[in-house]
Amino acid sequence: MDHPIKRDHARFRKIVKGKIRDNLRKYVSQGSQIIPKGTDKFTVPMPSIDIPRFRFGDKSQGGMGQGKGQSGDPVDGKEDPNGQPGQGEAGEGEGNKELDVELSLEELARILGEELELPNIEPKGKKSLHSVVDRYTNIGTTGPDSLRHLRRTYKQALRRQIATDSYDPENPAVIPIRRDFRYRAADVKIEMQNAAVVIYMMDVSGSMGDEQKEIVRTESFWINLWLKSQYKDIEIRYIIHDATAKEVDEQTFFRTRESGGTLISSAYSLCKEIIEKDYNPNEWNIYPFHFSDGDNWSADDTKLCLDLLDNVILPLSNVFCYGQVESRYGSGQFYKDLTAKYGAVSEKLILSKIKNKEGILDSIKEFLGKGK
Amino acid sequence: MNRSKPISGELLTLKDEIEGYAVAAGLDFFPQVFEVCDYDTINILAAQGGFPSRYPHWKFGMDYDQLSKGYTYGLQKIYEMVINTDPCYAYLLQANNWVDQKIVMAHVYGHNDFFKNNAWFSNTNRKMMDVMANHGTKIRRYMERYGADAVETFIDKVLSLENLLDIGELFETSSLKRHRLEQNELQKSENEDDGYLIDDRSSALKSFMRTKARLNKRDEPVKSEDEDIVAERPLGARTKDVLGYLIQYAPIEEWQADIIGILREEAYYFLPQRMTKIMNEGWASYWHSTIMTQKALDASEIIDFADKHAGVMAMSRQNINPYKVGIELMRDIEYRWDRGMFGKEYNECNNMKDKIHWDRKLGLGREKIFEVRKSHNDISFIDEFLTPDFCERQQLFTYKYNPRTGRFEIDSKDFLAIKQKLLSQLTNFGQPIIEVEDGNYGNRKELLLHHVHYGVDLDVNFANETLRNLYSIWRRPVNLKTKYEEKEVIFNFDGKEFKTLH
Repeated sequence: MDHPIKRDHARFRKIVKGKIRDNLRKYVSQGSQIIPKGTDKFTVPMPSIDIPRFRFGDKSQGGMGQGKGQSGDPVDGKEDPNGQPGQGEAGEGEGNKELDVELSLEELARILGEELELPNIEPKGKKSLHSVVDRYTNIGTTGPDSLRHLRRTYKQALRRQIATDSYDPENPAVIPIRRDFRYRAADVKIEMQNAAVVIYMMDVSGSMGDEQKEIVRTESFWINLWLKSQYKDIEIRYIIHDATAKEVDEQTFFRTRESGGTLISSAYSLCKEIIEKDYNPNEWNIYPFHFSDGDNWSADDTKLCLDLLDNVILPLSNVFCYGQVESRYGSGQFYKDLTAKYGAVSEKLILSKIKNKEGILDSIKEFLGKGK
Repeated sequence: MNRSKPISGELLTLKDEIEGYAVAAGLDFFPQVFEVCDYDTINILAAQGGFPSRYPHWKFGMDYDQLSKGYTYGLQKIYEMVINTDPCYAYLLQANNWVDQKIVMAHVYGHNDFFKNNAWFSNTNRKMMDVMANHGTKIRRYMERYGADAVETFIDKVLSLENLLDIGELFETSSLKRHRLEQNELQKSENEDDGYLIDDRSSALKSFMRTKARLNKRDEPVKSEDEDIVAERPLGARTKDVLGYLIQYAPIEEWQADIIGILREEAYYFLPQRMTKIMNEGWASYWHSTIMTQKALDASEIIDFADKHAGVMAMSRQNINPYKVGIELMRDIEYRWDRGMFGKEYNECNNMKDKIHWDRKLGLGREKIFEVRKSHNDISFIDEFLTPDFCERQQLFTYKYNPRTGRFEIDSKDFLAIKQKLLSQLTNFGQPIIEVEDGNYGNRKELLLHHVHYGVDLDVNFANETLRNLYSIWRRPVNLKTKYEEKEVIFNFDGKEFKTLH
């Protein structure tokens, strides 16, 4: 029999997920700090429920520390990495539950998967690629000079000299001749390979502010992380659009601030072009993501978008994801249009609304939770 | 279901050896029981405050979740748990290596001695293992009768007020003694009219029953429940023991009063540990260090020991490490009393050179720290023994939030500032001081709490949510008088909305 705490634990998990005790939902901090810090440092999500108590406001309180430093030095800088104070002891500790850890990307993806209970993705049936890889693990007697294996060559020469008694220990010169030469040779290996391409499209019209872009940036980081853990090779393409669309590099994708109107169809047709040109859907798992605040210029253009989705993009993709970032200026109309056409739940199209930073995790779960 | 088992073989031999050193050093402790367990079990125990059995509640599940994750991701590891009971139980992690087990055992004897001798622990119930288990049984029974959700929801509300304790309650004052005698009387008389239930109820519940009995006598014939809420509620005296006050005066059901009583009893049980964190860890660390370096260590183990010890003693720029400050201050006291660096003559000496080389060869250090561990708590410990020299040597500083840079920055390395900051953090075991001021506020049976403001504002959102929970127990509007952003205000919750009254 399990210890009764497992039941407490299950109950806690259910509360955190909002399945029971709805009245506690507002005290749940989802641990949305699952955000990269620096290069390899991340904060692990530790959902917790803060029982409200009379307590001091954090910021006015300040605190005490120990170590080198002068007045004015920040205290949240680097710490001695060896130190981890404290052995366990009976009693109560009230501490900061946020934890900084060094983790590899794979570990992080695993944690993300566990936290969000993401199913592993099943790659599209025949689209697993057989790729032919040459690995130089063999030795041959012919080959180009550039692949000559010197150690094996000299070994062979030595062997020949000893066998023919032309080796003189007093004067140990080993001179290879033509037939001693050995070359690295390739073994042909067939590797199974799943390839995926993610095409990000972002609305950069005037209404998408820095906050909205930050949300898109964080969300796409995590989506990439997850997809990378699922596919051996992943290509990422970036498209930005206002009234016209263009393909850009990653830097530009997150930095650009354009202004002006919005024609979503421009992005969709560029997306279509990219797929048709570079990614044969029989070989690639294709994931288009589109982030926007939901404002489109005209109903006509929306109609054009829906046509593009219907006729080209949806049939070619594993799944098309549309994330609508809430913005003060956006009307959010596009979400409604998509819902009207495809319904809130559909096989090939996943819709998600992202209210604010806290909504990122939920949204990732919506996108990737189906294992497509 | 035995998740932990008593130590045997080599560990038992080791225990005898370490216990011998502890006795020789003059430590005075409860009989010590060591058990070994795996990491999952020690996580469970830690999540449950050290006890193998607690009442069902998600918060233990939450702590367990975090401890398990912490262990899995290699963030933290619990080496040992020790509980304030007689005999004193301590759990060792099976996977500890030999040196770890030695350190931990020596450390545990320090805690055990502290539990037994420190004055603030003198009234804690040393049979708490049974009490906790009984609390679990009772709450499970209430859950069967009133529904798990209803009981859990009520517990959540009480936990919201769990930190509103009066440290004065830890000592048996004359009024407390009288109170206890009265209760014994009451129990006797109740035993006569209904038998078996009695031993089952917490002491808090019994006093609640007494109040009810008295109330009923006064306003016979008994009125309907609702009328009773408004009509007959005595005022009670000012108190910081908010939970105790609610048991007496809130219009609650018997089972609810019992649950408050249970949680209150547990909160008071843990209170001395919250008040002596620095001293307790300092004392235990002092002893593991002393016993290990002078007696128990094999030469081949010295590097491992130094490594482990340094890890435990790590300083942090964001927090005070109680192990570090505690052990250093204990050592500092020992050093000063060995050399007679205290008293009028020393304090009035103006020659720095003399002061540094001051040595009256008194050798009173050991004796002094034993005395200190007996009679002090963290506040008086810091207040009496923190010196400017010590602060400088230990590189202590205070920090505060700089709204301009959005960061926490070092504020001061000045002795008085440090001392004041430390003391204010320790005051009332780090919790805001809240007292019941009036149970009939505005002559409308409203509850008025008073936050005694020492310069730090409360978190408003948390305060409001706490008031909401308090309201659901008091069932009349609740008020909290405090100071917020330099102004006297009253936060009010009337069951529908929050108001800030000026």
